[in-house]
Amino acid sequence: MTPSDTTPSSRRGLHSGAPSAPTTAQSIWLVAEREIGSKLRSKAFVISTVILFLGALALVIWGGISAGNNTGTPVAVTSDAAQYVPEGSNLDVTDVADRAEAEQLVTDGEVDAAIVADPSSPVGFSVLAESDAPTQLLLTLAQVPPVELLDPDPTNEALRYLVAIGFGVVFLLAASLFGGTIAQSVVEEKQTRVVELLISAIPTRALLAGKVVGNTILAMGQILVLAAVAIIGLTVTGQGEILQGLGAPIAWFAVFFFFGFILLASLFAAAAAMVSRQEDIGSTTTPLTMLVMAPYFLVIFFNDNPTVLAIMSYVPFSAPVGMPMRLYLGEAQWWEPILSLAILIATCIAAILIGAKIYENSLLRMGARVKLREALRG
Amino acid sequence: MLQLRGITKSYGGRRVLDDVSFDVRPGRLTGFVGGNGAGKTTTMRIVLGVLADDGGSVTLDGAEVTAAERRRFGYMPEERGLYPKMKVLEQIVYLARLHGYSKSEATARGRALLEQLGLGERLDDNVETLSLGNQQRAQIAAALVHEPQVLILDEPFSGLDPLAVDVVAGVLQERAARGAAVLFSSHQLDVVERLCDELVIIAGGEIRAAGSRDALRAEHSTRRYELISASDAGWLRDEPGVEVLDFDGGYALFETDGDETAQRVLRRAVAQGDVASFAPQHPTLAQIFKEVIQ
Repeated sequence: MTPSDTTPSSRRGLHSGAPSAPTTAQSIWLVAEREIGSKLRSKAFVISTVILFLGALALVIWGGISAGNNTGTPVAVTSDAAQYVPEGSNLDVTDVADRAEAEQLVTDGEVDAAIVADPSSPVGFSVLAESDAPTQLLLTLAQVPPVELLDPDPTNEALRYLVAIGFGVVFLLAASLFGGTIAQSVVEEKQTRVVELLISAIPTRALLAGKVVGNTILAMGQILVLAAVAIIGLTVTGQGEILQGLGAPIAWFAVFFFFGFILLASLFAAAAAMVSRQEDIGSTTTPLTMLVMAPYFLVIFFNDNPTVLAIMSYVPFSAPVGMPMRLYLGEAQWWEPILSLAILIATCIAAILIGAKIYENSLLRMGARVKLREALRG
Repeated sequence: MLQLRGITKSYGGRRVLDDVSFDVRPGRLTGFVGGNGAGKTTTMRIVLGVLADDGGSVTLDGAEVTAAERRRFGYMPEERGLYPKMKVLEQIVYLARLHGYSKSEATARGRALLEQLGLGERLDDNVETLSLGNQQRAQIAAALVHEPQVLILDEPFSGLDPLAVDVVAGVLQERAARGAAVLFSSHQLDVVERLCDELVIIAGGEIRAAGSRDALRAEHSTRRYELISASDAGWLRDEPGVEVLDFDGGYALFETDGDETAQRVLRRAVAQGDVASFAPQHPTLAQIFKEVIQ
């Protein structure tokens, strides 16, 4: 071997057509693009997504139909107040003798409200209701009377429960679906040794980032379409009032979900990198699956417990469900979501750093499951 | 030139590579031969950087091999597998793009390479639907598509039919002719013997022989000749400087103590009767292999 053979210029001369390395951003995007493409072409994914959308749509339409069946707002009217009920109004009137009987019917839930004569009212009558005044009734009446609430409660119980389930289910479904996807995709590459080809071309971190970015785009896309189905559906079927007070919580949910998902995705990728076969995924991702399921059960059981919700809204793994719930209930101060988001983002950054380290250290170790201590130490 | 110097590797106290040193020259096909568990795959994985060595160095043209250099390596891992549910062409294009080719360029290169490897009809089929032999060809395409300057192939010929072996061999020779350094392992010693310019023989984690095929043959050649003649060759037994190894009428296999003796024997054989064949016996790679790994 002569010295001239060992100069770098001679080896570049061999392959003048060789391309330069893609930038990190290009590498990440190529990986993300493949993740998205392969998912969109998977029949299982497309079918389950369509079922999810159809389910949401069916719920909305069913809600619309049951609302439409409503013949009129049931009201009790005392005989001395009958003159105040407008002609041809969409009210289901029950005649009662006096105010006491009207109050009884309202409290029992037989009627939504009662119209009683009230000399102290400037319009000559009042409306009695249990926890909130029926908007439809007030709009029907020619003059707006004072409203007297018998059992003031800021939120409708059933609606609160529905909203809790909504946030909980969407977070659970999306996080476990795409967390599982990212874990499978990591192990697939390891099991087939494609990863050995990939990391000879691009840095390990670019590979990890691409996977997280790709799956985050898919997850956010699914959530946004789901939200659009719900909002458009509710508006079209005339149930727009449900959305009142939900706009801000939903927007916050999207923001929290975004960071919460990146946090989980990094951890799922790292956990999956520690095993070499699809069959072993469960052994390292089960703790994460628990973390994903926890907010769902907590919010369903404790949506009326302000203390549990307050804690949930600050713990990074449950904040995407807990904080929007508290915002909806009006229990959170304006600065609370911002503080919680800061905690979530900080945790997210830490998870990315730790996840990347585990991923890098475990990715090329085939065979037995890599111990967490070894994966962290490298 | 790719150089390995003093590579060692132990698994749990058991030394699997011990002072492994050899060269892989550009423009040449280097065969890497050894029994099961001899350390071929471990060595290749260390060269590719997918496994860390315990000591030693891998250099390319005198400089330590880094991730940037390895981008110009092509690798075919021992355990095959591309994305099972991805189309063949798409897969190769994806890998080419990760190496920096534009989409159109990557597509053109991938298509040409797959056609050259005989997969032109299967470009849009999922990898998992291909036969093992065809998956193997796709895997070779994956290793070659970015025009690597160093090719490390673990058993590229295993599982291929003889025609496919020729196709793949042709592609590798073409790459070597364009200046790539090619190292491949194989158990098919006849294929290695036919193709390789250079040989590296490993056993028990140690390099037993390394060098050009012809030099290795010369080194292991004996003064052994084969004679096939019309007349009985019994006279050979009494010839000085000749040791008969095998004998049957007009056929004899013998060793001589020098070229002069061999020439004398040939002249006498011609004088005795018609000679159909008189040839020095070169050891086959299989013979050399058995000899050096003992």
